[in-house]
Amino acid sequence: MELLASPAVRVGLSVAVATGLYGISFGALSAASGLSLAQTAALSLLMFSGGSQFAFIGVVAGGGSGLSALSAAALLGLRNGVYGMQLNFLLRPRGWRKAAAAQLTIDESVATATAQSELPEAKRGFWTAGIGVFVLWNVFTLVGALLGGAVGDPRQWGLDGAAVAAFLGLLWPRLRSREAGAIAVACAVVTVVAVPLAPPGVPILCAAVVAAVLGLRRMPPRPAEAAADRRPGPQPGRDGGA
Amino acid sequence: MVLWFWILAAGIVSFATKLAGYLVPARILGNPRMLRAAGALTVGLLTSLTVVTTVSSGSALVPDARLAAAAAAAVALWLRAPFLVVVAAGALAAAAARLAGLP
Repeated sequence: MELLASPAVRVGLSVAVATGLYGISFGALSAASGLSLAQTAALSLLMFSGGSQFAFIGVVAGGGSGLSALSAAALLGLRNGVYGMQLNFLLRPRGWRKAAAAQLTIDESVATATAQSELPEAKRGFWTAGIGVFVLWNVFTLVGALLGGAVGDPRQWGLDGAAVAAFLGLLWPRLRSREAGAIAVACAVVTVVAVPLAPPGVPILCAAVVAAVLGLRRMPPRPAEAAADRRPGPQPGRDGGA
Repeated sequence: MVLWFWILAAGIVSFATKLAGYLVPARILGNPRMLRAAGALTVGLLTSLTVVTTVSSGSALVPDARLAAAAAAAVALWLRAPFLVVVAAGALAAAAARLAGLP
């Protein structure tokens, strides 16, 4: 398989397995919240955004109205709109691919795509992670809904730790410049402060706003300029010419 | 039946939100300032996702075995381990920390 030679495809597949398996906990929890098998499957197929799905069944299980379940899910899903804007610019999908890409736009596919430094790799990473998570998430949603609590808590197997490691692994290569480090620190602080104050999903939006403003205002030098700054030897102009 | 209505409506809202982002013309984002903002946005979103998956549980900050996962992943990344090894290190560290009694 030539595709497997692509680092982005391998990253996408690892992400898909780690995330897809988590569908078990959604399926089990959804069934426990009183949703039928078909309703549980419909949420994973149609909504396809883990955080929003957990929020939706959480409100339903708590006896909340359908409207408040929808609102919680919609609020959590707002970040997907920001992702969509970014991916549209990066990947430029056309026609039906645009709709397919939209449905596959989730944390994991976006993170895999944007972590790549070349466009073809970004595309491979996006589609591998997106389709991979979609298939596995829906399969394991069914497994979880059918088996219920019999499979136990996926956290016991450290699956939540796998998600943490995957996101850190995608972030890591982007932290080479001092500017990126400063943006990361600012966004980490904003996120930690916002988590207890705002509904789930919103802290990520706060961090997105802070990052965009920092990116627009402070102008991180591009790699070529940064390299020029560090170049040893006489400065141009000081000893040159005349 | 009523629940079915809300499930379908929430599915439509979810897809519409995602699609709305794709309908923003790409050329608006084409100038260098916007490119820099998009680069910063990527770093910000990845950082926030990492922090949220590491320490949050709903609207609470919950320090637990996931911190061990983040530390193990950071060490693996420092050692330039391949991505799959990094992910496995995170899972193993979290599972081991729970076995050792951490929440």
